[in-house]
Amino acid sequence: MITLKGVEKSFGKQQVLQGVDLKIPTGKLTTIIGPSGEGKSVLLKHMIGLLKPDRGEVWVDDIDISQLKDRALNDVRKRFAMLFQSAALFDSMNVFDNVAFPLREKGLALESDIPRVVEGMLERVGLVGAGHKNPSELSGGMKKRVGLARALVMGPEIILFDEPTTGLDPLMAKTIHDLIRSMHRVFGFTAVMVSHQIPEIFGISDWVAMLKHGKIIAMAPSKEFQKIEDPAVREFISVNEENIVQV
Amino acid sequence: MFSSVNSMEWIIGVGERTLVRVQGMGHMFLFLLRAIAWVFRPPFRFDQILKQLHFIGFKSTFVVVLTAIFTGMVLALQGYYSLQKFGSEGLLGSAVALSMIRELGPVLAALMVTARAGSAMTAEIGIMRITEQIDALETMAINSLQYLISPKIIGALVAVPLLVAIFDVVGIYGGYLVGVKLLGVSGGSYWSSIESAVEWRDVYGGILKSVSFGLIISWVCCYKGYYTKMSSEGLGKATTEAVVLSSVLILVWDYFLTSVLL
Repeated sequence: MITLKGVEKSFGKQQVLQGVDLKIPTGKLTTIIGPSGEGKSVLLKHMIGLLKPDRGEVWVDDIDISQLKDRALNDVRKRFAMLFQSAALFDSMNVFDNVAFPLREKGLALESDIPRVVEGMLERVGLVGAGHKNPSELSGGMKKRVGLARALVMGPEIILFDEPTTGLDPLMAKTIHDLIRSMHRVFGFTAVMVSHQIPEIFGISDWVAMLKHGKIIAMAPSKEFQKIEDPAVREFISVNEENIVQV
Repeated sequence: MFSSVNSMEWIIGVGERTLVRVQGMGHMFLFLLRAIAWVFRPPFRFDQILKQLHFIGFKSTFVVVLTAIFTGMVLALQGYYSLQKFGSEGLLGSAVALSMIRELGPVLAALMVTARAGSAMTAEIGIMRITEQIDALETMAINSLQYLISPKIIGALVAVPLLVAIFDVVGIYGGYLVGVKLLGVSGGSYWSSIESAVEWRDVYGGILKSVSFGLIISWVCCYKGYYTKMSSEGLGKATTEAVVLSSVLILVWDYFLTSVLL
């Protein structure tokens, strides 16, 4: 389980996180929603140690990763994978090598087995035969799917998704959401997703939490979250739903 | 009263700026120490080092050769003009060789490598930072300093001295072309004056300079790229700063090293 206790983080004079307390349930898909610029991605980066809190603790099971040095932190990170907002594919490599990269670097598969493993994973995310393409030749949706394949190929216990559908059309966004949900069911990893996609996220998430003014103001199972009477939660959900209706 | 308050604010401002500068230098120095420390920890990334040797060394060869031949040629022209006044044209070879080996070879080759490979290093690492590729490496439990920076430092430490050696040789031949073939200095005296004037300590000084310049280029350019601001404007600024700071540091360090080696 990932547990954040009183996490505070500032950039210059701007305090982004103001004491976040959050428990991510193991094996579930938890989505963090909230207005833009409230620090959702910052929060996600704390969970994998890309950022260190100014105050507070970040626990992964029984390890406080906010206190760890490079090597020990890397040992914890071996349990994680992350899908970035921009997909963060290595632009010096083609799709095949991007997916094969963690296998080669971590020695997770024999070189002779890598083509089979990579092609199999590309097939799962619907990218058969795209291995030779360079990231610059891919559409936004394809990049996200390659990013997902690269994340899944490591067999992680926990995957963090940083706004996986940003910049995609609604149809592609639904495809990516469905893919994440189906992969979550197949592989059973713990998933933490940052997203704005309301109401779609209620259909795919087990738990939903809302970040506002640098704090988690509500967290509940997906169905119950939609019934929360807190004015800030209601306003955020209704405004997003209205936008979708208008579109 | 008013002026004393203003003076105090001015002093505080100067103090704050000084602290920021000192902190920045410390940060930069720690970056170098950490990158060097990662060189000695497994996994050893020989493939990455070879890639950097190819990029910094082989791909800079053409521009280094081109610069070297014209530097040697102009040095011979100027040297011949000056030496002729004293009837010492026979010393042209030694004048060209000593200037090349001790000073111009290391400095000019380093400046060319800064312009060609250093700026590319900053841009490459900076783009990787902006597009979250460096974060992606970290999330895969791959140390980005070890994967990206350490091979570049090793690559530059090896490639720059080799490029300087090429620069020296080509420059001396450039001087030979102008001095001997164009201006009519005796070929025998050109080579024999080099043989009698150039000592091992001259060559050693050139190698020492080139190694330290390789370190300066890779350190400054990698640091500026690694800590670039997350915008295209920030990346442009980082690349400019990397080239300017590397070039200035090369010239300043060259003076101090020369004063010690003389």
